[in-house]
Amino acid sequence: MGIAKVWVFAEEEEGKATAATLELLTKAREVGDTVEAVAVGGDAASLAEAVGEHGATKLFTADPGDSPKGVIGGAVLAQLVEEHQPDLVLFAQSYDGRDALSGLSVKLDRPVLTNGTGIAVDPDTVKIEAAIFGGETIVTSTFKGDGPFLAAIKPKSFPAEPGGGGAAEVVSVDGFDAGRAGEAKLLDHHVEEREGPKLEEAPVVVSGGRGIGGAENYEPLVEELAKLLKGASGASRAIVDAGWVPYSKQVGQTGKTVKPKVYIAIGISGATQHMVGMKGSDFIIAVNKDGEAPIFSIADLGVVGDAQKVVPKLIEALKAKG
Amino acid sequence: MNVAVCVKQIPDPAMPGKLDDDSKTLDRSGKLILDDSDAYGVEMALQLAEAAGGGEVTLVSMVPNEEVSGLRTALAMGAAKAVLVSDDALAGSDALSTAKVIAKAVERIGDIELVVTATESTDGYTGTIPGQVAALLGWPALTFARKVEVGDGKVKIERQTEAGYDVVEASLPAVVSMTAGVVEPRYPSFKGIMAAKNKPVDKVTVSDLGLSADDVGWAGARQEIVSVEAAPERGAGEKIEDEGDAHEKIVAALEKQKVI
Repeated sequence: MGIAKVWVFAEEEEGKATAATLELLTKAREVGDTVEAVAVGGDAASLAEAVGEHGATKLFTADPGDSPKGVIGGAVLAQLVEEHQPDLVLFAQSYDGRDALSGLSVKLDRPVLTNGTGIAVDPDTVKIEAAIFGGETIVTSTFKGDGPFLAAIKPKSFPAEPGGGGAAEVVSVDGFDAGRAGEAKLLDHHVEEREGPKLEEAPVVVSGGRGIGGAENYEPLVEELAKLLKGASGASRAIVDAGWVPYSKQVGQTGKTVKPKVYIAIGISGATQHMVGMKGSDFIIAVNKDGEAPIFSIADLGVVGDAQKVVPKLIEALKAKG
Repeated sequence: MNVAVCVKQIPDPAMPGKLDDDSKTLDRSGKLILDDSDAYGVEMALQLAEAAGGGEVTLVSMVPNEEVSGLRTALAMGAAKAVLVSDDALAGSDALSTAKVIAKAVERIGDIELVVTATESTDGYTGTIPGQVAALLGWPALTFARKVEVGDGKVKIERQTEAGYDVVEASLPAVVSMTAGVVEPRYPSFKGIMAAKNKPVDKVTVSDLGLSADDVGWAGARQEIVSVEAAPERGAGEKIEDEGDAHEKIVAALEKQKVI
């Protein structure tokens, strides 16, 4: 048995429902009797098809105008929750998901559990699992008091599987009050060129850390290798903090969780902060000068060596193979 | 322009973390230091106040045990003063309770036009405090900023997105959360360190803020940890020393994994 009604804050990117949205819906089907989705902006018809196929029977949609989707999402959800009384509202641990969750929690005065990697229902309590200490420990938490329960789940925590449903019924929502939050205006939208797959969806992820030697080496070592392997490039927190690459590249506890077929850690020592975000990879290759680095404790192939020497040769060898 | 910066004093992340035996929450009883993530917020606030032609940067922090060493670090960087909410009743506070305390502390300072925070703390990393504080204050939240500009009563940011960035603007007062690494936190000078010792730290309790001890800490927390288990272990495989041919081993492994 599950809980009666589970909602998912549905997001889209580049005109498609995000993978995390579909993962959440798949899990929601397992724990809830009724699954519905709430989205802000985007193309309602195509989103209704995607969320419907993954188990949502209804899709509530609202137009954010020129305000950011996340903050409007919080206001829209607050209005809808009062009216429809879901038992559990799930968000992806994404930029907009976090904004919507934060706003909603205040409007409803309900606590949040975030960074979830698992959801269990037993029999009417919702349990959220999260990995801490570099993924070595799993902490399970529950909510006390009344619902709706609000949780953010890390992308890649569950597989996304279609349930064979038809398009969700679209219900347009208006009349929500975002207050001063709605005063934030989106002036411009910049898409940066990205070659290859997204970090969280790539079959191969190549990440760089301090051991690459400097910001100027990220492109020729990390990005070049990722490109040759048709993968995505990531980073340790250390080099994000140092300003070498943007936050969106960070893999780890406060960044992204990735589970590629092959993960290549270049010049990353393996702080617990990083390991929690990549230890679910199928095969891990690490190159690091320090033979005692913690990354070697989880690497399937560990190379004790200078990344700045090993990687250029690796790139040459891959190019030679064509 | 007066800016408040939320700063957290946390257990040194370089040391192995442990959970408290009874509460199963992170053991924060040892020495606490300024969360590195917050050094960027302090630096940004100082730059914005300077660019706006003056105004004070005030730190807002919350701890159960009167710890101030992390605050002194941020004061030494140049913040003018701090509000420290320190109360035994705060231990065990969940994120929403924490946000309520911070929002009240910002109101207590008064005359704040901008609140700057990190995107999440390094120790608890719930990641909702910036948005919750903004919603409690009734101010716009501009989140995940990688660039911040203030002028003409408005704040404009470049907001990190998956695909690039968005330019988002709102009127002041507002709350901005910023990603790490986008400014270079200054090192405190010797003069700054000496001056920090005499900068005012306004120590307040939960009741000073008009909140009830029942609303915060264990008493007010509406979530609890029910189990703590070891995750399945992942062992190490082969480890080799590079003798000039390690790349060949990597190519072989990539072939075996069928990614090339």
